Amino acid sequence: MVDNYIKYEFPSLPQNVGLARTVTAAFAAQLEFNLAEIEEIRVAVSEAVSNCVIHGYSGKTGIVQLELAVIKDALVITIRDFGKGIADIVQAKQATFSTDPERMGLGLVFMESFMDRLEILSKPGEGTTVIMKKHPERGFANVGISRNC
Amino acid sequence: MLIETERIGPNLIVRVDGELDLVTSPLFREKVENKLNQYEIIKHLILDLKKVNFIDSSGLGAILGRFKRLSQQGGRLSAVNVSPQVRRIFELSGLLKIMEIYNDRQQALNS
Repeated sequence: MVDNYIKYEFPSLPQNVGLARTVTAAFAAQLEFNLAEIEEIRVAVSEAVSNCVIHGYSGKTGIVQLELAVIKDALVITIRDFGKGIADIVQAKQATFSTDPERMGLGLVFMESFMDRLEILSKPGEGTTVIMKKHPERGFANVGISRNC
Repeated sequence: MLIETERIGPNLIVRVDGELDLVTSPLFREKVENKLNQYEIIKHLILDLKKVNFIDSSGLGAILGRFKRLSQQGGRLSAVNVSPQVRRIFELSGLLKIMEIYNDRQQALNS
């Protein structure tokens, strides 16, 4: 059962990476993530959306979909592009594997380290879908009681 | 994002203000490369990250790229005023193996 969700769609422009981070952090605030966990989520989303921009569409502009959901006390983030896809996911997941010398090949490593679960579905020529899941260590926020009181 | 550079002898201090990601990393790269081209005597790049509130692998790649160039010239890389969050990203990426972290600029300059 989905408790809450939001869906966004935007062009794969670099400036939308920061927007995706901000939107996700704001949505995640309804669960009781601590600040370190919110930072981890921001990094994971930044990596996933950056990958759509850099690798999925390789500089061309395509559509990126960001879906955020709260499902059974967990944040589920789905990021989808319709770009060129990943030929070899196992190879792509290896640290320091990068197709660009200016990059570190750490995007997937961060996503895997910072989230509880990472699933990548990809087909060459059809695009890539990344599904990430994270539970707050402390559980649900107290609904109806502002923490600023 | 704001990038300020200051050269003190063979040291180049680069103060970054903001987020180091896909948008800002190319600006960082360009600004630091320009300075390295301008002053060939630079042997020590000191990153002042006091105002950096976010970094991801794009930012790390831009830092690593400058380190690669500097190390070919016999130079080294340091960072000061590193927040716990940024430090964690540095640790996970292995960047701490090639970079020293100091509390402040003076400490890095004296190193």
